[in-house]
Amino acid sequence: MVGFDFSNYNRNAALHAQGVPLPKATSTGTTIVGCIFDGGVVIAADTRATSGPIVADKNCEKLHYIAPQIWCAGAGTAADTEFTTALISSNLQLHALSTGRTPRVVTCMTMLKQHLFRYQGHIGAYLVVAGVDPTGVGLFTVHAHGSTDKLPYVTMGSGSMAAMAVFEANWKGTLTRDDAVKLCSEAILAGIFNDLGSGSNVDVCVITENKTTLLRNHIKPNERAQKERNYRFPRGTTAVLNEKIVTREELSKYVTVHELSSDDDVVVVEKMDVDG
Amino acid sequence: MANPMSIIGKNAVAIACDLRLGLQALTVSNDFPKIFQYGPDVFLGLTGLATDVQTVSDLFRYKVNLYRLREERDISPQTMANLVSTSLYEKRFGPFFVNPVVAGINRTTGEPFICGFDSIGCIDFAKDFIVSGTSADQLFGTCEALWQPDLEAEDLFETISQALLSAVDRDALAGWGAHVYIVEKDKVTKRLLKGRQD
Repeated sequence: MVGFDFSNYNRNAALHAQGVPLPKATSTGTTIVGCIFDGGVVIAADTRATSGPIVADKNCEKLHYIAPQIWCAGAGTAADTEFTTALISSNLQLHALSTGRTPRVVTCMTMLKQHLFRYQGHIGAYLVVAGVDPTGVGLFTVHAHGSTDKLPYVTMGSGSMAAMAVFEANWKGTLTRDDAVKLCSEAILAGIFNDLGSGSNVDVCVITENKTTLLRNHIKPNERAQKERNYRFPRGTTAVLNEKIVTREELSKYVTVHELSSDDDVVVVEKMDVDG
Repeated sequence: MANPMSIIGKNAVAIACDLRLGLQALTVSNDFPKIFQYGPDVFLGLTGLATDVQTVSDLFRYKVNLYRLREERDISPQTMANLVSTSLYEKRFGPFFVNPVVAGINRTTGEPFICGFDSIGCIDFAKDFIVSGTSADQLFGTCEALWQPDLEAEDLFETISQALLSAVDRDALAGWGAHVYIVEKDKVTKRLLKGRQD
């Protein structure tokens, strides 16, 4: 695994010392939850991404694929959750290929925590890891510093308190699949409506022994009302000083395209010299 | 330094930027475009620190040229988006101070595509519009009001132009004219807008 490139680090530190503000990263203010039920596990998330007080993305995806039966919900720095899960997904696939076994949720959780611990919390990924493997159902939380938890119901992100309140009030020891989806959705809705960092829609992922179902935009409680009228400007409103048009036909004046005769003889495999 | 933006229409995308180059409150140039072309219909807009805008635009020219040689085809906007994303995240702890915007039409599917990034490579896939730069807040307002789905190329031009001009007129650090590209399936139109010079 290749590390990060720190070549701009000293320059940026010097720039910052001179008063240049550091760029704002997109963060997923976020409510994410997870809950196990009889025979599987559900994770859910809201779909708002923020940059300071600005809503950067109204319908982003916070449920990340790790393996067919292992999914991850991410809170914290958006780029970190995206790339950390992609990295672990890749390494877990290689691990599964070399061992010839289906990947386990604990393996995924361990790889995530070791990666995050190595970076001492500077990689701001707060994750809920869930899945089903041959050992059973798994549900974990992983914090950016590398600590983990294993619980029957979990919440994370800025809306975690609102979501946990719903779990503490309504969670039962025995839940059906539909009960769990409903409970998780309501926990996310609590985050959407009570936490400013969370908003828009509810995404849900249900994982059972033989099936994974991603319910993208399972609930859409915040649809923008259709505009009654529009602000279409009459053509020619904007003053133009200069105009240049490049068409595809014009490009053919500079480039010639040849149709190749047949597919068989055009592919020439390069011979490589190998010692011995 | 000011701001490019990009919006999506019916079988067309638009990408636009103002032309100011400034050192805090001092305007250094009024002819500094921030939109770069990386294929017949793939565009990248860059805002942020001027030195990084140039470094990053040149870095991607190098990377896209190598891609074209290796693959013997032009880069698609989706591939460009992933290239930008991974290249920026490589510098997670020493980022370039840029906020890129990718706009283009996918030659295979014919679908228009736009997306934006933060300085460490998190992609924002949007179905409507992307804004970036010093007047991003104003642009969010104008775009949210003026944009509507399925705008034809000509209407798309009026919408993006008015959204940009209205926004930069309320930003002391942006303006001084604008470039607008309208990208259609077999045609790219580049227009220079008349803007305030104060």
